[in-house]
Amino acid sequence: MIELEGLTKRYGSKVAVDHLSFQVKPGVVTGFLGPNGAGKSTTMRMLLDLDNPTSGTVRIDGRHYRELAEPLKYIGALLDAKAMHGGRTAYNNLLCLAESNRIPAARVSEVLDTVGLSAVAKKKAKGFSLGMGQRLGIASALLGDPEILMFDEPVNGLDPEGIHWIRNLMKQLAGEGRTIFVSSHLMSEMALTADHLIVIGQGRLLADTSMADFIRQNSRSFVRLRSPQWERLLDVLNQNSVPFLQTGDGAIEIDNGRIEALGELAARHQLVLHELSGQQASLEEAFMQMTAGSVEYHAHGATTPGGPPPPPDRGAGRQAPNWGAHDQGRGV
Amino acid sequence: MIEAVGLTKRYGAKTAVHNLSFQVRPGAVTGFLGPNGSGKSTTMRMILGLDQPTAGHVTIGGHPFRNLPNAPRQVGALLDAKAVHGGRSARNHLLSLAQLSGIPARRVDEVLGVVGLQEVAKRRSKGFSLGMGQRLGIAAALLGDPQVLLFDEPVNGLDPEGILWVRNLMKQLAAEGRTVFVSSHLMSEMALTADHLIVIGRGQLLADMRITDFISHNSADFARVRTPGTDPAQREKLTSALTEAGGQVMPEPDGALRVTGLALPRISDVAHEADVRLWELSPHQASLEEAYMRMTQGAVDYRSTADQKAGLQPAMPPGYAPPQVVPEVPQHGWYAPPPPGQNPYAAAPQQAPVQQPPVQQAPQPQPPAAPPVPQAPAAPAAPTKPEDAR
Amino acid sequence: MASLPAVLKSEWTKIRTVSSTTWTLACALIVTVAISAALCALMRSQFDDLKPAEKLTFDPTFISFSGMILGQLAMVVFGVLVVGTEYSSGMIRSSLAAVPRRGTFLFAKLTVATLLALVVGMATSFLSFFLGQALLGPHRTTIGEPNVLRAVVGAGLYMALIALFSMGVATMLRSSMLSLGILMPFFFLISQILSAVPGAKNVARYFPDRAGSQIMQVVPDAMNSDPAPYGPWGGLGIMVLWVIAALAGGYLVLRKRDA
Repeated sequence: MIELEGLTKRYGSKVAVDHLSFQVKPGVVTGFLGPNGAGKSTTMRMLLDLDNPTSGTVRIDGRHYRELAEPLKYIGALLDAKAMHGGRTAYNNLLCLAESNRIPAARVSEVLDTVGLSAVAKKKAKGFSLGMGQRLGIASALLGDPEILMFDEPVNGLDPEGIHWIRNLMKQLAGEGRTIFVSSHLMSEMALTADHLIVIGQGRLLADTSMADFIRQNSRSFVRLRSPQWERLLDVLNQNSVPFLQTGDGAIEIDNGRIEALGELAARHQLVLHELSGQQASLEEAFMQMTAGSVEYHAHGATTPGGPPPPPDRGAGRQAPNWGAHDQGRGV
Repeated sequence: MIEAVGLTKRYGAKTAVHNLSFQVRPGAVTGFLGPNGSGKSTTMRMILGLDQPTAGHVTIGGHPFRNLPNAPRQVGALLDAKAVHGGRSARNHLLSLAQLSGIPARRVDEVLGVVGLQEVAKRRSKGFSLGMGQRLGIAAALLGDPQVLLFDEPVNGLDPEGILWVRNLMKQLAAEGRTVFVSSHLMSEMALTADHLIVIGRGQLLADMRITDFISHNSADFARVRTPGTDPAQREKLTSALTEAGGQVMPEPDGALRVTGLALPRISDVAHEADVRLWELSPHQASLEEAYMRMTQGAVDYRSTADQKAGLQPAMPPGYAPPQVVPEVPQHGWYAPPPPGQNPYAAAPQQAPVQQPPVQQAPQPQPPAAPPVPQAPAAPAAPTKPEDAR
Repeated sequence: MASLPAVLKSEWTKIRTVSSTTWTLACALIVTVAISAALCALMRSQFDDLKPAEKLTFDPTFISFSGMILGQLAMVVFGVLVVGTEYSSGMIRSSLAAVPRRGTFLFAKLTVATLLALVVGMATSFLSFFLGQALLGPHRTTIGEPNVLRAVVGAGLYMALIALFSMGVATMLRSSMLSLGILMPFFFLISQILSAVPGAKNVARYFPDRAGSQIMQVVPDAMNSDPAPYGPWGGLGIMVLWVIAALAGGYLVLRKRDA
């Protein structure tokens, strides 16, 4: 469990992190999202006591990081794939970290094996590719077999096999009841990995909610129907005053429809359905919708949804017009 | 058009690229996939004349890169975001490139605007983040307004807004009839961007086909079926009926059934005959990642000890139906839903391409930005095959 | 509180698993011994050409340490790299995440590195001394003479203190390049040049290397140098004050600055 309370970091007059309070709970993968410059990395560094907060506190299992006698046994972190000495071998890099926390040397070989670097354990780290460096960083996070794991952009530089592996690893670790906190810019990847989301923009908390709720609250969800009995389906929907929308490819979409109720409705009227599926927008759409207005560099060509930036607390719950987000999904 | 014929590169005893032949055609985004160490970067470098092939040749528009007249105006490439002189400002960096190939200075400001760097144009690129460096690299690639563009891992370091922008940019460039060749490790991103795929492993060609074909060749589609949660007997009844009808049925963690081997209309009929009410009947297509993993097994350099296949069928926490078995955005991203509170049926907003009549509807041509997932629209009267149902 | 023996062990692993440790320390030893030996051999052949004042204050012990002017530079590089590579490689973040107590971390790192520097420093000084005396022939002294042992041990201490001072500076500046860019010219040029300039001489006398090297002299004002306002141990004390200042500065920076 990680707890942040009123965490604030100022660099001169610029506020990087602004009164951030949230908890990262065990047993789930918590995704940490935000545009570039939102303060994600600064927050993660403050969690590890690498940066000193201007004000506020961070507690790891109820204690301040500096009070942890052997912190690697509580919390393991991948912050930067290059946080290793290039002139040292992969094995020795991990060995000196392990020794400082009284972790047996056998564990070093074990984690190198887990991340698939056994074959290059005796090679100097400076010859490593970004992906191999990333694996070494992940190995260092796993060293102390900690209950809390933190990964900053873990899939950076990994190939598809590696991406697949780290995703399953994180899920597995969360399944064992550990606390997993992971930041990423890759929404599609995050959608596959995280159960819970913490979203920040310009240093402030925008959302702290489950993945499903986040998508539901920040974008459109609908039920799609297909039926060979087209006319009857339209009649039934009209009779029951269910608002619907026809798409060009012969499907019908019902905004915010309850899939169970529609299934029962069809059964009651003896309607044959060839599709009855709940559809949700992607995490990417939901994220774009929420963080519009807290992005540092805008490129031309990709219009952000219109309207004012979301309120500082959270955009969730407000009746957001979603069609703007759909425009984003297609080519310009 | 990029054309490689028998391209081979050896470094001493190690063969990085072996007898590679392919074509990258204009008007489409072609994805270039392969595990680490499969020879992707080497191939890209040979296309750009940076490495000399041991055997074979590669041409751009019929000429080897080194013989191209005024190459920067025909080929643009993003290979490494950090290949920039850090002490120079972004604008001066582009200006020096422009002057080398006789491109007018106003084009520099134009591309800076396109990539969203005009505000930091005067700043030294040393202080740039990876994402800003990436944007500068893309600006350099676009500088000569070239017909052929190569991008190596273009979304590296970009934030979600930047990723979306790059994706749309590439699609737009392809829609303008340009040749766009992109390498990436991010399958989910590739699924949203590319129309065509070239896959290599250990330096050899594994696949060269449309992305939709690639997925259906290398993985199985399935349907998710749910019966009323209140009545477990219905679920069992349906399971046996579907099995009898020749389908393979697997339970999902959230109580739904995963059915393979039966088309959706058939499942519907079977359920009807068995007198089972359905609460869900949804088509699913395997992800590009899954298809890719199946194809490239055995062509991977560093393998983790964890079982590779575990998680190909991701185990979801109970109670959470994954909306992400297929990439989501494109399925319905090409039309705009109506504003809330309006009767969509009556309003017929002009954004929705087709409202009615629904019958005899000719297939809607996909816009160029259309998603790579198959979308062959089926008239309601026609029986739908599972892959048609999306 | 992290267990200090564990952190010491970890720092020992760090220091023995990089090749820069070996080559900087080997360099310090070889350069010092070789140049000292060469100068001793030269002195023996040129002794008759020395000025009378120089002959009068001829200090065979001090002469046998003359290679240290160059050898200490390798010690500077050793000290700077021990700390600086933590920053240049980014390892510092992993290290501090593992050992969040800045004091424990710094103490362990400096202890291990200084002990190693001390061992190499002592080996260097004894080797230099005995080889030098052997080459000086008739002009030699022996370890049993008054104050000679003090000078030889002092030379070893001096080497270790130079390394420790460099570590303190590198911790303050958090960069190998910057630290070397300041320390190398300081020890090799500025300190040497200023001590030859009449006005600046009195200031340069209190520089760490000038003050510290006093301990290596057995004969007061050896080789007709200017008389110093402090004795051998006083000089070493001044050097220690410099080292303490650098370490205190380094510790404060490590505590206050973001890693």
